[in-house]
Amino acid sequence: MIKVHDLTKHFGAKRAVDGISFAVERGEVLGFLGPNGAGKSTTMRMITGFIAPTSGSVTIGGFDMLENPIPAKKLVGYLPENAPAYTDMTVHGFLNFAAEIRGLRGDAKARAVHRAVEMCFLDSVLHQSVDTLSKGYRHRTCFAQSIIHDPDILVLDEPTDGLDPNQKHEVRQLIRKMGEKKAIIFSTHILEEVDAACSRAIIIDRGKIVANGTPSELRRKSEWAGAVTLRLNGVAPDTAREKLNRLRSTKKVTTESNGAHLIVTVFPRTAGDGDLTREVIAATNGWQIEELRTEDGRLDDVFRSITMPDTRN
Amino acid sequence: MSSLGNIKTIAKRELHAYFSSPVAYVFIVIFLLLNGFFTFMVGGFWERGEASLTNSFFFWHPWFYLFLVPAVGMRLWADERRVGTLELLLTMPIAPWEAIAGKFIASWLFLGLALCLTFPVVLTVNYLGSPDNGVIFAGYVGSWLMAGAYLAVSCITSAITRSQVVSFIISVVVCLFLILAGFPPVINLLQNLAHNWQWPVNLIASFSVITHFDGFQKGVLDSRDVIFFLSVIGFSLFATSVILRTHRTT
Repeated sequence: MIKVHDLTKHFGAKRAVDGISFAVERGEVLGFLGPNGAGKSTTMRMITGFIAPTSGSVTIGGFDMLENPIPAKKLVGYLPENAPAYTDMTVHGFLNFAAEIRGLRGDAKARAVHRAVEMCFLDSVLHQSVDTLSKGYRHRTCFAQSIIHDPDILVLDEPTDGLDPNQKHEVRQLIRKMGEKKAIIFSTHILEEVDAACSRAIIIDRGKIVANGTPSELRRKSEWAGAVTLRLNGVAPDTAREKLNRLRSTKKVTTESNGAHLIVTVFPRTAGDGDLTREVIAATNGWQIEELRTEDGRLDDVFRSITMPDTRN
Repeated sequence: MSSLGNIKTIAKRELHAYFSSPVAYVFIVIFLLLNGFFTFMVGGFWERGEASLTNSFFFWHPWFYLFLVPAVGMRLWADERRVGTLELLLTMPIAPWEAIAGKFIASWLFLGLALCLTFPVVLTVNYLGSPDNGVIFAGYVGSWLMAGAYLAVSCITSAITRSQVVSFIISVVVCLFLILAGFPPVINLLQNLAHNWQWPVNLIASFSVITHFDGFQKGVLDSRDVIFFLSVIGFSLFATSVILRTHRTT
């Protein structure tokens, strides 16, 4: 549904987006990750046709965004960063305007507004002016605007920004549910959202795609992926380190004393085959093990190691 | 959906925005007060003893509009950019010119409404004497067209900047030029400077709203004057679209 090909945007001498290509199909929820200033919002603005790319193309449902913007824009619902809305209107007035400009009239318009209000829990503020709303409600008002015409494609720029934990949860559920039938791109810098809502994630840094895969594929790139953590009783740190370091699959061992316990983490040479876990269990035979855990890998660790290669230890 | 439908939707929203804030009411009240004061106190409506609105009423309009129209137009695009709703508007399935036309038409209709509310002046002059109502009608048409030209200039300045204040000041300066270019003292000065060179003076004067508004005040609906105002509007709205596009491509 969404095809982005070699998209590039220069602001003066700065390359905000530098040759990005990807595609999103119906039924996919693509998480767009990256540090601040990585080019997430600029990419989304080009996808939705707000700004024109320096080079490259965006195709929405077969329509080129530059050559055929109106049919392309009809397919898209867009929640811009900071969720702007006309502050001089009521929520109801604003949603009616959004429905009208999407070509809905009469009964269809009333139904669309009603549906969006219900999905975004806006009932209680329906006749309130937008500038008197709290940030969370204003955000949801703009979100309601983006889904008012039940679009096939949703582009959401930080949809959970400024929401409280309950609202965040609701919005993620909503995204995940809508993602079954639509193609969705949403940007975030909250990594737990990737697990909560995405079927695939792209990490971009300095305008380039640096990782692209399912959340579990990304997690496997972490040095924590497949690491074994032990909580031991009555074992000296040096003994543990020496013995575990000798295992064939061990890359390195760290120890940390925690009161009477010793926390030992053994990092694998290669992640995911289970060899390390078996070897650790065999080697620690006879030790007093309180806890043994195999790590999945940590997204924040992957994110850091990919986007800050210079400062990595 | 049709372009007309889109323009109507945008215009409706914009008009609604005027009346849901104090801007509309403040504008209308001030406009009417100024008109009343200048017509009857400064313009010497009573002393003239003529059943006409030309010199007492319409004479002041270019000067009222100088300050009032940029105040109406300054928010058109500057505010959309500041609040970020421009991003919503331009990612909707509408052509940019439809948004530009819709916003302009809404503000122009609003100015037309304010102008219509000066009707007691017409009633007064009809009660006191028997004026040529055709001349008065022409004066109103000219005044509205002139307001449209000022408004279109304000559209450009509003698209240039995020700040309404900057937009206001620039459009006042541009509109002042449009007035002064045809203001008799300025024309005399230019004629003295140009000696026998008449055409540069005429060229500059032909850009003035005063020169073109003059005919309407006397009851002459000259197509050249109508075309002048419409082409100022057309050119300014086109310039607005170019500026908006520039923001999006650089």
